[in-house]
Amino acid sequence: MRCVVMLFAVGIIAIVLVLVDKAGELGPFASSAPELKPDQQQTASVERLNAWFHDSWKVAGVAAAGPADELTVLRRLSLSLLGTIPSLEEIRSFEVDTQPDRIARWTGRMLQDSRFSDYFSERLARSLVGVESGPFIIFRRDRLTEWLSDRLREDTPWPETAASLIAAEGLWTDRPASNFITVAQISDDEGLDENKLAGRTVRTFLGQRIDCAQCHNHPFDHRWKQADFEGLAAFFSQARITIGGITDREVEDGQPVVHRVVDPGADAAAGRIVPPAVPFHPEWLGSGGTQRKHLADWVTHPANRRFERATANRIWALMFGRPWHDPVDDLPHPSETNSPDVLDLLGAEFRAQQGRLSSLIRLIAESEVFRLNSESPLESAEAYRKQAENWAVFPLVRLRPEQVIGSMLQAGSVRTIDQNSHPLIRLIRLTSENDFLGEYGDSGDNEFIRQVGTIPQALLRMNGRFTTDLTRAEGFTAPMQLLRFSPDDQALTENCFLTCLSRRPSTEEMAFFRRQLSDSDDQPGDDTEAQPDHVSQEPTTREQRVQDLFWALFNSPAFSWNH
Amino acid sequence: MTAVRLSAGCGCSRREILAMLSACGVSLTLPALDARAASRRRTERPRSLLTLWMGGGMSQLETWDPHPGTASGGEVRSIPTSVPGVEISELLPRTAEQLHHALLIRSLTSREGDHERGTSFVKTGYRPEPTLNYPSLGAIVTHELPNPAIEIPQHIALAADASFSHGGYLGNEWDAFRVFDPGSGLTNLQADVSQKRQAERLEGLAVVSRQFRAARRFATAETLHEETLDRALRMMSSEQLRAFDLESEPEAIRQAYGDTRFGRGCLIARRLLEVGVRAIEVSLSGFDTHVANHEGHITQCAVLDPAMATLLRELSERDLLQSTIVLCLSEFGRTPQINPAGGRDHWPNWFSGLVAGGGFRRGAVIGTTPPEQPEAKTAMPTEPVTIPQLYATVLHALGIDGAREIMTPIGRPTRFADAEPAEWLLERQPV
Repeated sequence: MRCVVMLFAVGIIAIVLVLVDKAGELGPFASSAPELKPDQQQTASVERLNAWFHDSWKVAGVAAAGPADELTVLRRLSLSLLGTIPSLEEIRSFEVDTQPDRIARWTGRMLQDSRFSDYFSERLARSLVGVESGPFIIFRRDRLTEWLSDRLREDTPWPETAASLIAAEGLWTDRPASNFITVAQISDDEGLDENKLAGRTVRTFLGQRIDCAQCHNHPFDHRWKQADFEGLAAFFSQARITIGGITDREVEDGQPVVHRVVDPGADAAAGRIVPPAVPFHPEWLGSGGTQRKHLADWVTHPANRRFERATANRIWALMFGRPWHDPVDDLPHPSETNSPDVLDLLGAEFRAQQGRLSSLIRLIAESEVFRLNSESPLESAEAYRKQAENWAVFPLVRLRPEQVIGSMLQAGSVRTIDQNSHPLIRLIRLTSENDFLGEYGDSGDNEFIRQVGTIPQALLRMNGRFTTDLTRAEGFTAPMQLLRFSPDDQALTENCFLTCLSRRPSTEEMAFFRRQLSDSDDQPGDDTEAQPDHVSQEPTTREQRVQDLFWALFNSPAFSWNH
Repeated sequence: MTAVRLSAGCGCSRREILAMLSACGVSLTLPALDARAASRRRTERPRSLLTLWMGGGMSQLETWDPHPGTASGGEVRSIPTSVPGVEISELLPRTAEQLHHALLIRSLTSREGDHERGTSFVKTGYRPEPTLNYPSLGAIVTHELPNPAIEIPQHIALAADASFSHGGYLGNEWDAFRVFDPGSGLTNLQADVSQKRQAERLEGLAVVSRQFRAARRFATAETLHEETLDRALRMMSSEQLRAFDLESEPEAIRQAYGDTRFGRGCLIARRLLEVGVRAIEVSLSGFDTHVANHEGHITQCAVLDPAMATLLRELSERDLLQSTIVLCLSEFGRTPQINPAGGRDHWPNWFSGLVAGGGFRRGAVIGTTPPEQPEAKTAMPTEPVTIPQLYATVLHALGIDGAREIMTPIGRPTRFADAEPAEWLLERQPV
């Protein structure tokens, strides 16, 4: 019996070793060039957008920065669509792709990648339900994000998805869209919070913060009255959480279900009855189905410019890391003149493409403004400020926490970490990401607030276990792979830079790090035995030199800031 | 217990570290280390805020506002305190001896009965809303009263839980620096390489940073990336980190505070106050006693009582109480009615808090509460004090203008305080 157990254990260990070995294997990189489908051509739209910016820069009297190199653009796309930097494997494949429209085709490839649908579904979920754990049992965030991911993978029109969320019925597990409603439960006794649902709906889908109008007329935007808020909240008044899931009840206990508003100081039992009402264009309201269905039709109506502008602003924010109009969900009213702004332009293109988010992403990715350099030769702070205000230079935007750890993990591997990666690699990625976010801090549901880094974050990145583990040149880590397979110090330095910063080193950087590598105490062919670390004036091995190079790149502003 | 090393973990001295940073092009923008705050005269001393956070909803009836002999009073008895005529729970005997240092408010009020919302409200003084994330009181104090002599974070959460204090719209650089297990060493403060390699790493980092900055002069300046790194490196070698090291404290003192996360946190808090740290929070969670409330509070108070009593006594003895405001607060109280499981549920209508030092009245009690749970939800205690009122008073006592208009990043004006200061809570002019 003991022999059988031992044999079994040896077998398990052998399998694990083989799996680990396979996981770290470095074979030749695949280099298939993605293709651009005819229906993905948006040349005219891109030209309209570019023309708008050229006019805008001319009027503002600013000169735009030059174009960024394509590797930098690839890095921006990868960060915004996949939440991570491109792998060395991807960079090599990209560089051997010499066909035209390289960026456009690679954008399309990323949109087909399940990393995109998974990553973007989480971003969208934050705007829909926030990041809190929500009510126990009846709120299933995981089911909602899976559902959103499926919709993104299928390229379902966003108006359809939005309408499904607002009018969702059924169980939170079986009909995941209903989690948009269940998250607003106050308590078992008090049911759903119509005010929370109304505020969230208008913020997310129409880009207007009218929450303060719950208690009083909007203090700055006089078009939003308290009555508008109350009327919108009334659309959710018939929604109920039942054992069968979310449903709407027109009658309860023989009485029609109405929305009551209790004014401060008034008797709770005798609130004012407020009928469902929209603040403008009631003719857009739907006529069949529940009250929430009527509202969903109104929100997503093809003529409702607020919907398309809000969508465009959010996608712009996800692409640039910063919304066109800040904050992302508090837009000015659509212009009533014939001078459209960028959100109008993008919104119109979005509608023309049946409301597909993928077309909006492609349009932005192909625009000149997305591909501008973040470098500016301007000598005056005022001139730079003007250039930046007019989006005539690509902004420096701090990576969000999930992008930081996503990039660190990817830089720790020369192979792309994706759905095709070894299960062990994917498991390590998932657990590392969660652990890192716990220590580093999550950006919450308001992801686009301009923040600088904190001291604990800097300490974590300099001295934390994630950096130590991912930069160590041993086993199958990227530093070790690069050390093994780079033919000389120049190639080694270049590979390290490409892996971490998606660019090649400058002349000064190359000279510095080559000098450091050549100072190693175990140069190739040198038989000197390396001394242990923590010994004063101890020799530094080549493994340690590469680890230190990775450490410097991980902690550099070029790694932490999208540029 | 692991002592904090003061050498960036690489065997180099503070002077060597500073020389290394300088050689690597890392800017040294901070002024020289100031003398210990505690060694300065009272009026010159930096003012500080220390919050003892009772997470989960502390029962006022088992602590500061017992009602023995009533249906709502439960099993707890009351005992006399050092303030004539004032009694508190028998579960806090040592704190009762120090009550003359404090103002007891039995009439705090709130409308937030949910943990998350209640915590947000009591930590910021504003009811939570989806469009604006308000800063905690500690973040405001740190933001408004920066102490350039401090090399370690000026806003620190000890025994931190998930509800630690945030910078809100002021920015995440004002978030509290979290220490989960006080006294057991700080994480991520030591480089894991030798001094020589650390210097070489920083040299390499300076080369890459310079390349990035060269063509992005103005944009890079706005990132504060290098300044943050600079401050982190300075912190790694700061002698002020000794405040986190309890090895030098006499055993009797450590025992007096109690060898618990909260007890060690309170002792470290006293040491941080002596250094001049501006805002500190020490958390004790576990008060959410929906079941077996009395037993739960026996457990909690066994941790709270020695730590709080020793803290108040030591702050007084070391003449730190006038320059420090100590708050002991919870997100809400618990119901007068005891539920069938022997627990008490959430009760924001009234609850108790304690304020000590910083010019607040001493040895006084504010407010009385009904002995039973009232039928009407609108029932109020006498002399009600709202959280915004309390915080406006704290800011006033610290010399911060809470009524000043602040423009938030979303372009919406607001104020640090959502009420007028309740000067009747103060014994004299602000320190």
